Amino acid sequence: MINGIDIVSVWVLDQDSAKEFYTEKLGFELTTDIKLDNGMRWLTVQPPGNTGQHFLLMDPSHSMLDEQTAAEVRGLVAKGALSPGVMATSDCRGDYEVLVKRGVEFTSPPAERPYGIEAILRDDSGNWFSFTERKQQW
Amino acid sequence: MTYRKADVSSLRMLRRARDRIDRDYCEEIAIAALASDAGYSREHFIRAFRAAYGDTPGRYRTRRRVERARELLRSANLTVTEICHLVGFTSVGTFSSRFSELTGMSPTRYRAEAAARGGPAPIPGCFALMWETGLPDVPAAAPATRQDRTSGEAAGRAGGVPSGA
Repeated sequence: MINGIDIVSVWVLDQDSAKEFYTEKLGFELTTDIKLDNGMRWLTVQPPGNTGQHFLLMDPSHSMLDEQTAAEVRGLVAKGALSPGVMATSDCRGDYEVLVKRGVEFTSPPAERPYGIEAILRDDSGNWFSFTERKQQW
Repeated sequence: MTYRKADVSSLRMLRRARDRIDRDYCEEIAIAALASDAGYSREHFIRAFRAAYGDTPGRYRTRRRVERARELLRSANLTVTEICHLVGFTSVGTFSSRFSELTGMSPTRYRAEAAARGGPAPIPGCFALMWETGLPDVPAAAPATRQDRTSGEAAGRAGGVPSGA
């Protein structure tokens, strides 16, 4: 049966900038950065110490999307409408301080929630992520 | 809705303005200040914001405040008046009427019903916020200048409560 999630696609506005943001600011590891024959740049990163759980940082303008659709997706990313998911942390408050110092933009600081401690961050393109330290029972 | 390349940078600026409203919802940041930070005139900003997000910046802030109030009513042991001030309203009357307009019931009744329902839903509050639909019954032709004013709501970030609470 399906036993995990390996790659999640994240639309980004600029792959060079995204690569820098995810590796240098968020501390992800670069796992692939190659150009495919069809012109697509396959750029993946993953949280340190993990196997699997990659983000594929995709440029809509150089993807399977037609030009019109790519422009629409870029607009949605830029206006902040898209959220690829939740990033997990074992120390939301501590990591928040570190990431803010590195220049990561948060739209909500860490706050107690029924399921744990959660902050909301934006990547350099405009995608928002929950940044959550979960309680055991959730 | 389609976007040209040039629109992306405008949308980023609008998003930054909206993030600031989300972050500093209890402060009375002048719409003109948000507009000039985003590189717009006030009127153009209000129109562009509404085109992107379906709501004027002033109404968006009201919606954000009411959403925060709902969370506090569900989870915090505070009076309605305290919550009203915590989220940035100065008048309980204005708070109550905006709250009722958006939620369909008064703050007091909302709290009673939430308590009767029991514990919180097992979904992250951020998602609940992001999934909120637009304001019901927004008159399409209402003048933006009037909506923009948030009379009865003013500065007053209260201390002692986590800003994301």
